[in-house]
Amino acid sequence: MKRSWLGFRPFTSSYPQKKETPAAAVRGRPALNLELCTGDAMCAQNCPTQAIKSSPWRVDLGKCLFCGACAEACPEQAIQMSSEFELAARYRLNLVVDGTGKPVDPLLSPELPTPKRSRNLLPMLPETELEVLTATLKSQITATFHRSLHIRHLDAGSCNGCDWELTTLLNPIHDVQRLGIDFVASPRHADLLLVTGIMTRNLTLAAIRTYQAMSEPRLVVAVGACGCSGGIFGASYAGGGGIDTVLPVDVYIPGCPPRPQALIYGLLMAMGRLNPSHEFENKHKD
Amino acid sequence: MMNNLNIRKNNEYESQVRQFLKDLPITLPCIRSVVFIDANHIQVEVIPSDILQFYNTVKPRFLFILLTMVALDRRREYANWQVRTIWCISETPIFLEVVTNIDQSNTVPELPSITPLFPAANWYEREMYDFFGIVPVGHPDPRRLAMHYHWPNTNFPLRQDENRSTFPPYISNDEYFQNRTTGSGVMEIPVGPIHAGIIEPAHFRFSAVGETIVNLEATFFYTHKGIEKQLEGLSIEQARYIIERTCAACTVANTLAYCQALEQIAGTSLSSRATFLRVIFAELERLYNHIGDTGNLCAGVGFHVGIQEGAALKEILLDLQERLTGSRYLFGVLRLGGVGVDLSPSDLSLLHKTLAEVRKRYQRLIKTMLLNTSVVDRFTGAGIIFQRTARELGAVGVAARACGVDRDVRRDIPYAAYTQFNPIAIPLRISGDVLARLEIRIEEVAESFRLIDAAIQHLPDGAIQVPLGSLPAASSGFSLTESARGAVCHWFLIGPNQTIKRARLRTASYVNWPLVPRAALNNIVPDFPLINKSFELCYSCLDR
Ligand code: SF4
Ligand code: SF4
Repeated sequence: MKRSWLGFRPFTSSYPQKKETPAAAVRGRPALNLELCTGDAMCAQNCPTQAIKSSPWRVDLGKCLFCGACAEACPEQAIQMSSEFELAARYRLNLVVDGTGKPVDPLLSPELPTPKRSRNLLPMLPETELEVLTATLKSQITATFHRSLHIRHLDAGSCNGCDWELTTLLNPIHDVQRLGIDFVASPRHADLLLVTGIMTRNLTLAAIRTYQAMSEPRLVVAVGACGCSGGIFGASYAGGGGIDTVLPVDVYIPGCPPRPQALIYGLLMAMGRLNPSHEFENKHKD
Repeated sequence: MMNNLNIRKNNEYESQVRQFLKDLPITLPCIRSVVFIDANHIQVEVIPSDILQFYNTVKPRFLFILLTMVALDRRREYANWQVRTIWCISETPIFLEVVTNIDQSNTVPELPSITPLFPAANWYEREMYDFFGIVPVGHPDPRRLAMHYHWPNTNFPLRQDENRSTFPPYISNDEYFQNRTTGSGVMEIPVGPIHAGIIEPAHFRFSAVGETIVNLEATFFYTHKGIEKQLEGLSIEQARYIIERTCAACTVANTLAYCQALEQIAGTSLSSRATFLRVIFAELERLYNHIGDTGNLCAGVGFHVGIQEGAALKEILLDLQERLTGSRYLFGVLRLGGVGVDLSPSDLSLLHKTLAEVRKRYQRLIKTMLLNTSVVDRFTGAGIIFQRTARELGAVGVAARACGVDRDVRRDIPYAAYTQFNPIAIPLRISGDVLARLEIRIEEVAESFRLIDAAIQHLPDGAIQVPLGSLPAASSGFSLTESARGAVCHWFLIGPNQTIKRARLRTASYVNWPLVPRAALNNIVPDFPLINKSFELCYSCLDR
């Protein structure tokens, strides 16, 4: 194998072509063994973000911190932190899953979170024709961004964890450029706005302007528990509540922070490079 | 924590300071009351109108280092506002807490500003107005800090009668940038809040003549999340999750300060295994930050081999942390009363082996960097901070040690198991430029490797967590830890039923950010990213 300049062999990961099995300690989606569950709701009581509801048991991955408190609290050990980390979803509702990881049917559960632009406080972002147009262009977006995607990152009030994970995407190990993905300096050059954080009040205006500066068609991806729902910070006088309170989100990537592989998975989903059974498609070998 | 002192520095002052504190009530009649909280912590009450007289008298005697300043809304319980200012005196581990009560009958609560005397108090006082509406009278720059121009002027969110979730209306009042530099040839360069690259938001407004920066106005708090308000009323267990996420890059340092403060109030004594594990996790965090920062510095000068190798080493460490603890950023490793993750013998050998490899590669990276003249040339003499500036602004951490301010909490006020590893080598430089800050990091990395190895070798057996014990309502406490960016000082007031009533989180970035605009002065604009990176400060723990 070729030796690099400093004398070390290259060790770039081959995710997603090769599946990756995380180490045993890694905490993924909380999974419930229904037979052991007594319905005592200890998990729901101990969850720091109220992500869990018992009877019927379900967890909102958009709020989950993957902290393991629910598994620790369960006296019956009915909850295991699985190693599943590929959890991105196109719809906020699909992040609410049951014990096996299957999305809960929204028709049966009217209390599920409904994404709405609750903080359209500034008269900046009307539901323009362009936005409607974007929605109808979804299928064409897949075709457009299939092979190359330029990302503009935006921190809208994160704890820095998600941002540091995004920087690791450019390191020699994860190296997303091998997948045709790159980060750009200006929103005018970007196809996708990758937003971390809770969407603070102080940044809302800048976030909207960044979005408006992008050319059509454009995608928005919400990263982390904060981006999906406000996460641990929730909503307060200082804003929050997630990215979809202000911007239209196309893909949600849960995690706190999401592992780099989970980010790659979410980005591929946004690009339409996952087939219907959510496997990576490598149609375009260069 | 504070009783177990092992100070090598400044012992000669200690008896003087103690004598001075004993004599305080006699020398200064303006002191209302004196309480010795413990041997090293003394609380004095001064009435608001005497504040300046008090400080004017004591300031020439000793060096007063501002640790934190907390405002409290106590109108419901005691019919007053309270401001507590905590000082460390002359680098001894002796703390002076100055308490001021402002009667609530004043329609506008006011307090004489101490910023003209102690520039380090600047942001604390502006924040006091932002969050509580307590006016620092005579403050040289009384603009709002965390509340940008679109917040209503009557909204003080940390007051008790403000609802946590009431979202104040937007007002348009676009007058934020008042400090304009004008003159012929002065050009303004606005940058941000959204920057090129994967970094956090802040607005920098450079005034430049040609390429030279003559003034830099920075606006922060774009990521203000209202953490201190959210912590109010939370159970101490739930609060830990938020404090962990004040900043991902310093989560161990922040959470450790939280745990220590509460353990000190409750009088918990930890198992020695837990204290050793705390040292391992704290040093791992310092290590990956410093190594990552070394790589990032190369980004400031476009030295790509260094960027990539630094990023690769950081990734190896993050991956190691994930294998050991389940979280790449060490979320959840600390618990009240100990730690939440034990390291098995196989974990320890993995840790030891990985660190040995990282150490070898890091040394090679450093050699490559420092032998490259075009790199060293850019680092030398860029972004100089003078020792005087650092002292006045109360600088901490790498930035302080790079200009000769010899302070490190791990040695000066030891916590966890740090007393077991004495002497801890604290590097020091005097030139205060980017190169000095890099050299400090390099030496601290070497010391972290040594500390972790020593902790692995001598790791005692035993439990990893003990019960915290009970926290009496209305008790308060604070604790200091040394993060990769410098000293962290968190203050907590306990409410009924083991809840947090008020928290004041002061991180290293909060103290060090005012240094950056000073360091940028007289440098060229293209060097600013380099200078900024050499401080490697964080916005999220500053904005909170
Ligand atoms: S945040 Fe997630 S992992 Fe933590 S307790 Fe709640 S559901 Fe469980
Ligand atoms: S999701 Fe978690 S890691 Fe990401 S910004 Fe929010 S608190 Fe930090």
